[in-house]
Amino acid sequence: MLQLDAEALYAELRDGVRHLLKPDCALVGIWSGGAWLAERLQRDLGLPGGDKGYGVISSTLHRDDFSERGLVTGKNGGADPTRLPFAIDGRHIVLIDDVLYTGRTIRAVVNELFDFGRPASVTLAVLVDRGGRELPVAAAFCAAKLVLPAAQKLSLGRRDDGGFHFSVTASAGT
Amino acid sequence: MLSRRNPQLNGHGELIHLLSIEGLPKAVLMQILDTAGTFLSVNDRDVKKVPLLRGKSVFNLFFENSTRTRTTFEIAAKRLSADVINLDIAKSSTAKGESLLDTIANLSAMHADMFIVRHAESGAPYLIAQHVAPHVHVVNAGDGRHAHPTQGLLDVYTIRHYKKDFTQLTVAIVGDIVHSRVARSDIHALTTLGVPEIRAVGPKTLVPGDLAGMGVRVCHDMAEGIRGADVIIMLRLQNERMSGAMLPSAGEFYKSYGLTAEKLALAKPDCIVMHPGPINRGVEIDSSVADGSHSVILPQVTFGIAVRMAVMSTIAGNAA
Repeated sequence: MLQLDAEALYAELRDGVRHLLKPDCALVGIWSGGAWLAERLQRDLGLPGGDKGYGVISSTLHRDDFSERGLVTGKNGGADPTRLPFAIDGRHIVLIDDVLYTGRTIRAVVNELFDFGRPASVTLAVLVDRGGRELPVAAAFCAAKLVLPAAQKLSLGRRDDGGFHFSVTASAGT
Repeated sequence: MLSRRNPQLNGHGELIHLLSIEGLPKAVLMQILDTAGTFLSVNDRDVKKVPLLRGKSVFNLFFENSTRTRTTFEIAAKRLSADVINLDIAKSSTAKGESLLDTIANLSAMHADMFIVRHAESGAPYLIAQHVAPHVHVVNAGDGRHAHPTQGLLDVYTIRHYKKDFTQLTVAIVGDIVHSRVARSDIHALTTLGVPEIRAVGPKTLVPGDLAGMGVRVCHDMAEGIRGADVIIMLRLQNERMSGAMLPSAGEFYKSYGLTAEKLALAKPDCIVMHPGPINRGVEIDSSVADGSHSVILPQVTFGIAVRMAVMSTIAGNAA
């Protein structure tokens, strides 16, 4: 059974993201795991805009599997919200996600991001790169690289105390 | 053999057509309302368009007049990146005697993916839904006196926007209920979402007694009907659907049931006033109320776009 220490990887991610920061940049976490990471990074790195100064972005409205899967709804029943509390135009965006896999989610959220304006640059930092890319996407920083069979799904969870943990489950489709 | 399954749902209980709110589970309604909330925020973006229906063709088939509903369906489909084809029915083959199903068959041969149908005959959208190919979806945009489900959904969306919770509300629906498909859809939606008190208010000729069977309290007295209400839904007096002497006169109706500031004072201080439009000022509603601080008639129109986007994207994503 695969054991990943999500908290130790988070500490590496935090240090990695620190080196990606530049003036006029903002963190945008990909819903849902990446949003949790961005929330904590925003606080731990003391970024401008306070605790709510990070963005959350959802791939729902730009997914490429809509015709097969329909609207992918969140736990509240509706599509997950994108929330960007700052202007995108001219800003350096650091996308945060828990697991980088096929790259299709990244393609979708980059499209979503551009619906709000024209960023100066977009970079990507993730906890785990599990390989299996289907699109030309690469992370500027990843805390760990590993290879998992396609039949397994790796996902980040958040405990009530805010701590992170990974779980590996049988994959339902993609 | 006829299937007993609700024709709007597939084998997984997912919505594939929207024909009526009657018989739809609460979870389906809530999912549409939550999804509509997401689409409302699309209005705030630089690019007010999402690609969910890119490459799909939506046919607006309005056999009855409509401005607001047809336009908001068109805007909603375009915001979802669909191609929209508006048929001018008065000039089409239907006027030359083509049957409804032949019209549908021909439009299907033009690769229609979705039909938005308004028809004077109750049940016409059901007939179409039974005859289209499995990948084609049908939305009822109003059929006869039967149903107007997207109006019902946008009405409950509006109520949820302002009141948050359905389970403590008193909702009064006032006016010409017998001719109103909006009232019927509203009553089904409000009942499913758990509104404890729904009142149907109007004269005996326009508020049938059998409504009590739908779990509605029938009130023929306006003051009794709107006293303490959280929400008042005014309906248009549908002169075009009335035959014979159902009413003494429009003036008489206004005196008894027209919503004036004086009558509105009987409702809760934070009561919202709704109307599906088009409004007849001085017939069912006074201008000072229609334009006043309690009125949410124009926000209803805006919410209607987001709700119709939610309906179209939900059914388009579910296979038969």
